[in-house]
Amino acid sequence: MGILKIKTTISKRTFDAVIVGAGGAGMRAALALSEAGLKVAVLSKVFPTRSHTVAAQGGIAAALGNVTPDNWRWHMYDTVKGSDYLGDQDAIEFMCRTAAEVVYELEHFGMPFDRLDDGKIYQRPFGGHMRDFGAALAQRACAVADRTGHALLHTLYQRNVRADTHFFVEWMALDLVRDEDGDVLGVTAMEIETGEVMLLEARATLFATGGAARIFAASTNAYINTGDGLGMAARAGIPLQDMEFFQFHPTGVYDAGVLISEGARGEGGYLVNKHGDRFMPNYAPTAQDLASRDVVSRAIATEIKEGRGCGPRGDHVLLKIDHLGEDVIRSRLPGARDIALKFAHIDPVREPIPVTPTAHYMMGGIPANYHGQVVVPQRGEPEEVVRGFYAVGECACVSVHGANRLGCNSLLDLLVFGREAARQIVEDLARNPHPKPLPNDAADRSLERLARLDARHDGESVAEVGDAMRRVMQTHCGVFRFPDLLAEGVHEIVAVAERVKNVVIRDKSKVFNTARVEALELDNLIEVAQATMHAAAAREESRGAHARDDFPHRDDDHWLKHSLYFSANRQLDYKPVRLKPMTVESFPPKERVY
Amino acid sequence: MKFKIYRYNPETGAAPSMQEYALDASSGMLLDALIALKEQDDSLAFRRSCREGVCGSDAMNINGRNGLACITPLSSLKQPVELRPLPGLPVVRDLIVDMSQFFKQYHSIKPYLINNDPPPQTERLQSPRERKELNGLYECILCGCCSTACPSFWWNPDRFVGPAGLLQAYRFIVDSRDQAADERLDDLKDPYRLFRCHTIMNCADVCPKELNPTAAIGRIKERMVKRMV
Repeated sequence: MGILKIKTTISKRTFDAVIVGAGGAGMRAALALSEAGLKVAVLSKVFPTRSHTVAAQGGIAAALGNVTPDNWRWHMYDTVKGSDYLGDQDAIEFMCRTAAEVVYELEHFGMPFDRLDDGKIYQRPFGGHMRDFGAALAQRACAVADRTGHALLHTLYQRNVRADTHFFVEWMALDLVRDEDGDVLGVTAMEIETGEVMLLEARATLFATGGAARIFAASTNAYINTGDGLGMAARAGIPLQDMEFFQFHPTGVYDAGVLISEGARGEGGYLVNKHGDRFMPNYAPTAQDLASRDVVSRAIATEIKEGRGCGPRGDHVLLKIDHLGEDVIRSRLPGARDIALKFAHIDPVREPIPVTPTAHYMMGGIPANYHGQVVVPQRGEPEEVVRGFYAVGECACVSVHGANRLGCNSLLDLLVFGREAARQIVEDLARNPHPKPLPNDAADRSLERLARLDARHDGESVAEVGDAMRRVMQTHCGVFRFPDLLAEGVHEIVAVAERVKNVVIRDKSKVFNTARVEALELDNLIEVAQATMHAAAAREESRGAHARDDFPHRDDDHWLKHSLYFSANRQLDYKPVRLKPMTVESFPPKERVY
Repeated sequence: MKFKIYRYNPETGAAPSMQEYALDASSGMLLDALIALKEQDDSLAFRRSCREGVCGSDAMNINGRNGLACITPLSSLKQPVELRPLPGLPVVRDLIVDMSQFFKQYHSIKPYLINNDPPPQTERLQSPRERKELNGLYECILCGCCSTACPSFWWNPDRFVGPAGLLQAYRFIVDSRDQAADERLDDLKDPYRLFRCHTIMNCADVCPKELNPTAAIGRIKERMVKRMV
C-alpha cells in the first residue's frame, strides 16, 4: 500500500490516561482515576448508559452471606470448578476476596439493590453457586430485580457525573499506538459525529471495550459488541488468549436471541423437553437447572439432537416459570416477562418460554494479569508487562473465567478489575511522569485504513461479508464442535477475512456515517472470529464451553494451558495456567460434577 | 411494507426531506426493518445497540408517536410507516438527534446519591418498603422519548428540566439513603425547572418502559407544598 500518500498532520490531545469503553469496567476505572485527580479521557462509541453492561440481568456474585451462610473460599472454589480448572487461581482468589468490598461500595454509590426484610441486600440462587465446596445451593447473587446491569451501569455513570469524568461520547477508537519498544502510547480515534480522526496520547491506555459475541449469527449481545479492543490489540501484535472459549447461554429466546436471565431458574424456573419432562436432573443431579451454563447448554443441545426438542422443527426447549406465580414474576423477574411478551409473544405467567442456547460471553480476550496490566510472551518470559497498556472486563482475559464463566461473575469482574487497574495505573503513572515521544507514523495505520475504505467503489457490502462471517462461526464453531466442521471452518473464516479487506461502503460522507463505523467494526470482528476458529480447531479436548465431539473429555496432561493466538501469522502458542492462589491452597483439577 | 423516512445530511446542503422505501417484511420489530433498509441504502443513519429496549439508543418518532424501534412490532404499524427524529432537538443527521440539552438537564438535578455520613463497613440498610419507593423510577433508560414529547420541554429546553430529569430528581428525593432532599427541592422551586409541567401527560403516554414521570412530578410538588405548611 506504499502508493497511498497519507497526510499525517492530524490533531493530538494529551491525557494522563485514556479509557476505551464506558461500560461497567471502563466506568469503574474512570471513577477511580477521576477521583485520584488524573486527567482522563473516556471514549465510547455510544452514550455511556447505552453500553452493553446495561443488559446484564441476574446479579453480582459476592459471598455476603445475607441469606445462606457463605464464604469467599466457596465462591472461589465454584469459580475454579466453573472455569473447568483453566482459570488462574491467583486472580480468582483476588476477585472472590474483593467481591464483598466492591459490592458494598456500589451500594454506597446508590445502587438500588433489592432488599431483605432485615434491610440487607437481597441475594438469589444462581447457576454454579454452591455452599461447602459444592455440597448445596448458595444464595450469592446480589440483585436488582432482573435489571442488575442496568442499575449498575446507571449508578456508575451517575457517580462519574459527580466526579466530573470527561467522556468523549460517540468516539470510536481505531488503533493502538505503540513505539518501537512495544510500549503503548495512546490510540487513534474517530469522532463519529464529524468523522474527524485524532490522536489521543496517554501514559496509560486502558481497554474496556467489552465482548464480541456478534461474531455469531445467534447472539444475546448488543450490535455494538464487535470486539473493537481485541481487533486493535491483534493488529498491534498483541496475542489473544483462550479465544476458543465462548459461552452459549442456555436461555436465549428462540428465534430472537434476546436473553432470559438465569435468575429465572434461580427463582425456581426449570427447563422441559417436548414431552414436558424436566431433563436437567439427568445431567446434573445436585444443581439440576442451576448447573453451570456450559453443562445446561450441552444438555439442551443433547435433548434437541436426540429428538426431544420442541416446536415443529424440534429445535428448542421450554423454560417454565408460570408455577412461581404472578407476584414473584412481577417483583423478581419483570424484565424477563417483558422480553417474553415482546419477543416470544407469550406471557410466562401462563405459558413456558421457548429458549435455545445462544452465544453470550467471551471468556478469552487480551491477556492481562489481575492488576489489569496486559501481559505477553517476551524475552523468554510468558507474561511480560506491556508498558502503558491495560485491559479489563470482557475484553480482557485475566483469566478468572477460564473455560466457562459462572453467572454473576461478569459484573463482579468489571467492578473488581476496573478498580484494581485504576489503582495500578495511578501507581505506574507516579513512577512514570513523562510521556514518551510519539512515533512519526503513529496515525498512519488508521489513516491508511480509512483512505482505502473511502477509495474502494466496487465490491461486497459490509452486511454481506458480515453475514458470511456469522454463518461460518454459527455452523462451524457452536455448542458442540466437530473435527470436519472445524477444519473446514478454519479455511472458510480465512476466506471471509480476505473478503473483509475489500468491503465497500457507498456512503462516503463525514457526518455520523454509521456505514463507515460498521465497516471498521467488521475489521475487529474478523480478528476475533479467526482467533476463535483457529484456537477451537487446535484444542483437542473438551473443557468448559469448548466441547469437541471427537475429544469428549478434558485432557489435563496435554491441555491444562492457555492458548495465545497471534494474528500476524495465524499461529498459536500456549502458556501455563496459574494454579497457585495468592494465599490459600490450590484447587487441583478433578472431575466436574454438578 | 412501505416507509417514509426523514432524511437530512448537513454535508449535502439539501433541505430535509421524506424518502420513501419499500421492504418485503411484515413480522419482527421496526429496528429489524431499519437494518434491512440500511442494507439497501447504507447512507440511512440511526442509532441502535441492545435491540431489546434497555439501552435507549433507538428512540424515534414513529407514525407521530415517540418510541423505541427495537420493541415496536412491525405488525402494529399503519402504512406507510412514517419515521422522524425525536421532535424538538437539533437533528445531526437522518434519525439521529443531538441529545446534549436533554443530558444537560439530567445532569442538572445531581443524579447521584448524596450522603455525607462515612459509609459503614457493609451495606447501608434499607427496608423492602423503602426500596419499593424506587420502583417505577430507577428503571429509566434515558431514551428521551418523554422529554421530546413534552410541549413544555420543546418551548423551554434550557430552563425546564423535563420529565426524564424530574423522574430522576424524585428517584433521589425519595431514596431513604439520600440526605439532600431539601437541597434538591430548593433547586426545583423556580418558575421553570419543575413548574413548567402542565400535566399534559405525553411523557407517561409514550414511555417505552411504562414509567410515569407526571406522577413523580406530582409527588415532588406535594413535597414542596408539605414543606411550606
